[in-house]
Amino acid sequence: MNGVAWGGIYALIALGYTMVYGVLKLINFAHGEVYMVGAMTGYYAAHWLGVAGAPSLTGLVLTLGASMIACALLAALIERVAYRPLRSAPRLAPLITAIGVSLLLQNLGQIVFGADPKFFPTLIESRNVFEMGGLSVSNVQLTVLGTALALMAGLELVVMRTRFGRAIRAVSFDAPAAALMGVPVDRVILGTFVVGAMLAAAAGVLVGLTNPKIEPLMGVLPGLKAFVAAVLGGIGNIPGAMVGGILLGVIETLVSGYLSSTYRDAIAFVLLIVILLYRPTGLFGVSQTEKV
Amino acid sequence: MHGRWRVGLALAMALAVAACGREQTSGAGATGPIRVGHFASLTGDTATFGRSTDNGIRMKIEEVNARGGVLGRPLELVTEDDRSITEEARTTAQKLVQRDEVVALLGEVASSRSLAAAPEAQRARIPMISPASTNPRVTQVGDYVFRACFIDPFQGAVMAKFARETIGAKRVAILFDFKQDYSVGLADFFRKTFQSMGGEIVADERYTSGDIEFRAQLTKIRGTRPDAIFVPGYYTEAGLIAKQARELGITVPLLGGDGWDSTRTLEIGGSAVEGDFFSNHYAADSDSALVREFVEKYRAKYGEVPDAMAVLGYDAAGILVDALARAGTTDGPKLRDAIAATKDYPGVSGTISMDPQRNARKDAVVIEIKDGGFHYKQTVPAF
Amino acid sequence: MSRSGWITVAACALVLLALDVLLPRVLNPYYATIVIRIGIAVIAAVSLQLVNGFTGQFSIGHAGFMAVGAYVSAAFSVYVGAGWLEAFAAVLPGPLARVAYYPMALAAGGVAAAVAGLVVGIPALRLRGDYLAIATLGFAEVIRIAILNVDAVGGARGFSVAAADHPGADLRFEGFGTVYAVALVTIVVISRLVYSSGGLSFRAVREDEVAAASIGVPATRVKVEAFVVASFFAGVAGALFAHSEGYVHTNSFAFLRSFELVVFVVLGGLGSITGAVLAAAVLTAAPELLRGLGEWRMVLYSLLLIVTMLVRPQGLLGTRELGFDWLRRRLG
Repeated sequence: MNGVAWGGIYALIALGYTMVYGVLKLINFAHGEVYMVGAMTGYYAAHWLGVAGAPSLTGLVLTLGASMIACALLAALIERVAYRPLRSAPRLAPLITAIGVSLLLQNLGQIVFGADPKFFPTLIESRNVFEMGGLSVSNVQLTVLGTALALMAGLELVVMRTRFGRAIRAVSFDAPAAALMGVPVDRVILGTFVVGAMLAAAAGVLVGLTNPKIEPLMGVLPGLKAFVAAVLGGIGNIPGAMVGGILLGVIETLVSGYLSSTYRDAIAFVLLIVILLYRPTGLFGVSQTEKV
Repeated sequence: MHGRWRVGLALAMALAVAACGREQTSGAGATGPIRVGHFASLTGDTATFGRSTDNGIRMKIEEVNARGGVLGRPLELVTEDDRSITEEARTTAQKLVQRDEVVALLGEVASSRSLAAAPEAQRARIPMISPASTNPRVTQVGDYVFRACFIDPFQGAVMAKFARETIGAKRVAILFDFKQDYSVGLADFFRKTFQSMGGEIVADERYTSGDIEFRAQLTKIRGTRPDAIFVPGYYTEAGLIAKQARELGITVPLLGGDGWDSTRTLEIGGSAVEGDFFSNHYAADSDSALVREFVEKYRAKYGEVPDAMAVLGYDAAGILVDALARAGTTDGPKLRDAIAATKDYPGVSGTISMDPQRNARKDAVVIEIKDGGFHYKQTVPAF
Repeated sequence: MSRSGWITVAACALVLLALDVLLPRVLNPYYATIVIRIGIAVIAAVSLQLVNGFTGQFSIGHAGFMAVGAYVSAAFSVYVGAGWLEAFAAVLPGPLARVAYYPMALAAGGVAAAVAGLVVGIPALRLRGDYLAIATLGFAEVIRIAILNVDAVGGARGFSVAAADHPGADLRFEGFGTVYAVALVTIVVISRLVYSSGGLSFRAVREDEVAAASIGVPATRVKVEAFVVASFFAGVAGALFAHSEGYVHTNSFAFLRSFELVVFVVLGGLGSITGAVLAAAVLTAAPELLRGLGEWRMVLYSLLLIVTMLVRPQGLLGTRELGFDWLRRRLG
């Protein structure tokens, strides 16, 4: 059960990777740090809004909202400064600025937020709502999963049913053609970053609920794993990222539970490699035909 | 064509950079301040430790300077950040020795980083005192390398004794962090001592630093019905483990090592860590006048209760100052001999003597977590 | 090789020997360490340039091969080599015995990494683009975690390159000569590989794999070849790292190291050997040179990275080389 909750969090982060990849073919390595900033702003927001002491659902919603807005602004800034000027540059150039931004946020984070870990306020009183044999489910886990699923459903609606969503799909299908059809490509790309960042911010706050230790370097590993999840599902593919994230969370938990946590990270990667060797473009990826 | 002079230019620049390196640093003369180097993880994964030791060391140095310094000269502390990176510990140590010409090195907390840096101290014949690296191999690097804390075997044995004798446990489960040499070491010696005392290790589970999910291992441990669980990790994981253990209905006490010593354990663990025990270098509520004075001064200066790293930093600096005064000189080999001859130094973490292996020999205390705070439980003497 | 070629080689050897003798006397050990780390970074970066820059594949797991080289050579030295070194020292004067021994330690690391490169490369190189990237990253992490679980090389405790049963054998070497000679060999071998007529096949695969295959370039073989050669040199870099640091820990070969190498290659200019050299040198020295800034130094470092990339999106040197015509005329 906990694996599913974690998977939901991975999936939220993975969506940001996959959407940005869809429109820009860019691995946005700074995305893990956006998630970190999400958790951090959530922490400060909860304290400023005065909801840290008294667990309540409104508190959670307010905190989520505040941190999503903050991260949306941050992502917009990153996109304008570090990625947009490189739109016509060689493909790997923005990758390096992405690594640069990621390092920058980690190091600035250690100065601004302090290098010490912080402890996310309890926004929901934890209790077990369900217990059966070795399986127990807490309301926190349910909240995390519920919020994650709601956000993913929301995203699916946005992407499939709105003009903006149609524009995203058009740009990721063929950006130059979309531009010719009058789609404002730059604005769509900016919007994609913003949406991805909001999901990552939500993931940051949700992590704060289950595992309250937050610190400036917390984004590195989940960021990497979410990227793995995105590739697992077929990078650029939105449902793929959701399934990939949840799958990774479940597998990791199962491996550390029933085999050994010694090999947990290794097995996640071995599995990834095996899947890639059998399905070289991920679970839901479409293999492109070569034009000669 | 013009490529060639560009190479020339690059070379010239490289040489210029190299030449800058030859600039002589002054200040280590016979009258200026005595420079002491501290290399620590002020940023990165283990920033908390580096910051605490630096606070402790800084406090000691300021105290000594307020009393007029040592050998008639003030002390100057030069701290370098190694970003919690192994290779950088070595370069920071070199930088302190070569550029700042420090008379002694203090650092690191993490044993791997002490191991990377220690050969540099040894080679330069500059004594190095690690405040808190508990891995036995650190001081085996050479005769210039000391430590101000006890070693992993001792701490593992202390908790095994405590588990067997004080709480009368027969069956103990171990849940350790296999990626931290510290945790592996404690688990090893706990296992050995506990078994030699007739106890039984009923489960031997692992986790990795940075994990935040332990329910799977704990579910397995719950099935073996232990009398206690030994969790020799660091506070963040320990706090989370305690929380998740209580959630799973595990009520037996958890036992830990000095890695638990942080207010964070209480923050994360909350009511879940109540009734747990861990071994430590000192107890903040001890009735020793030395400890009380230290805690008060530290709180006044930094606004928090000192953790063990701060105490060990303070004592490491204290041992050094004491040896400087006895050596009567800043000369490396003589200073080394003076540190090696340290006997019954009244440190905050206990009365310290250097053993022939250059490890600090002192008592350990066991702390009980009760009413949301750390309370002195008992002293386990050096053996 | 022509006569002028031999003269160049001899001159290089002399310069290196002079540096080897001279530098330790002018540079204090702190700067010496940085200079050696630069040399090692150069070797690793240039070898990765062969895969990422010239063959157009995208590996972000190069540190894994460095780890293999470092650990295998360190284990070789500690468990086997120390005895040999002692035996050599019995018949040869000290420095000569070491000169005779070190190539073996380096070769052990290089060959082990090349084998690992072959094993990883054959299946992985069927993948394209970012899928290949993530697979190499995965392999590197698997390698690192596997090493972490081998007690013979210290596991989580790290591994000191010192043999307890042969206290007389000094396994550490910190000679500039060795490191820079290896760096030079790496640069020469890889540049001859890619700037020869046979080397055109690497760039053909980079530009268009399908088209290359259609004119008879065995694309898969070329890719695997590049990967194995690159792994070999990464392994040698790892071996040098282990023996100059004297202590290795798996933390040194985590994915951050792999990323760092990718940054060297892209920032220097994809497809430029001298670019990789330049970027590796500057970025390895930067964190130490910026020490005066205290806690802001890594902030400035990352800003430096971002700004450089914004100003020179094609990398510092693009695909150009510095001073190569001269070298090639001599060695060609």
